[in-house]
Amino acid sequence: MKSAVIVFPGSNCDRDMAEALRLVSGRAPAMVWHRESELPAGLDLIAIPGGFSYGDYLRAGAMAAQSPVMRAVSEAAERGVLVLGVCNGFQVLTEARLLPGALMRNSGIRFVGRDVAVTVENSQSPFTAGYEAGEEIVLPVAHHDGNFQADDEILDRLEGEGRIAFRYAGEVNGSARGIAGILNQAGNVLGMMPHPERAVEAAHGFAGGRRLFEGLLEAVGQPA
Amino acid sequence: MKVRVYVTLKKGVLDPQGKAIHHALEGLGFSGINDVRAGKLIELDMEEGAGDDDVEEMCRKLLANTVIENFVIENDKVRIERAESAA
Repeated sequence: MKSAVIVFPGSNCDRDMAEALRLVSGRAPAMVWHRESELPAGLDLIAIPGGFSYGDYLRAGAMAAQSPVMRAVSEAAERGVLVLGVCNGFQVLTEARLLPGALMRNSGIRFVGRDVAVTVENSQSPFTAGYEAGEEIVLPVAHHDGNFQADDEILDRLEGEGRIAFRYAGEVNGSARGIAGILNQAGNVLGMMPHPERAVEAAHGFAGGRRLFEGLLEAVGQPA
Repeated sequence: MKVRVYVTLKKGVLDPQGKAIHHALEGLGFSGINDVRAGKLIELDMEEGAGDDDVEEMCRKLLANTVIENFVIENDKVRIERAESAA
């Protein structure tokens, strides 16, 4: 699997993401700086990592969404390249309008950093093919702005079209309908607040995120 | 020319910061507060004659997230309000 990790000033999960991709796919991803206007050729997956891109100035993800590299990411997404946005990456994808809705300040105001139970709602996407629908996994969350909000029409459409990939099993941040991760209409873009890349090996304490990456390998025709 | 852009959360969108400020004010003993909403003020120093349309586009493209926020553009002459229905 040929992958790239986008790096913004203030990204801080870029190396975790790169390590998870290397571990599972056996191939280190290309690290692509935000000023690049072109991506490496022939990518199967683009990962937008967590962190605080541009210091979360204006709104989380707002500045990163306007960076040169995001135009290339949008074009790649349109061509069907898989795009995974985690935490700040999810915020960037909504700000870039590659995903609907917005991620607002957690309803409890506080930063939430802990391990949470997450239910896999849809196991049909390339990102979730390694899971069973309805399965509960544990993933770490670490965010201040993870409260997903959209109007009822959009939320109904997300539910109806099976585009809610992950839901929190309990209350975490006030997200509408407990949404932890959503897919775009074509199913090749996933944004999620929990961190699968921090749960891929025994040393992490749990490995619920590993099957996300293994499912991706399967989806691009290179099973682990 | 100074142009002021006020960005506020749409009506109906929960504002955790406003709520926290509200509670803090009550904690200080202030009463009679029905609600508190927090927003942003962005000041632009624009060349004379620069179009209001440009500022509106700036708001739509970057300054406000119109999924959850409304914006008001104000200079010494005019005030343009873009209030849309609640998210």
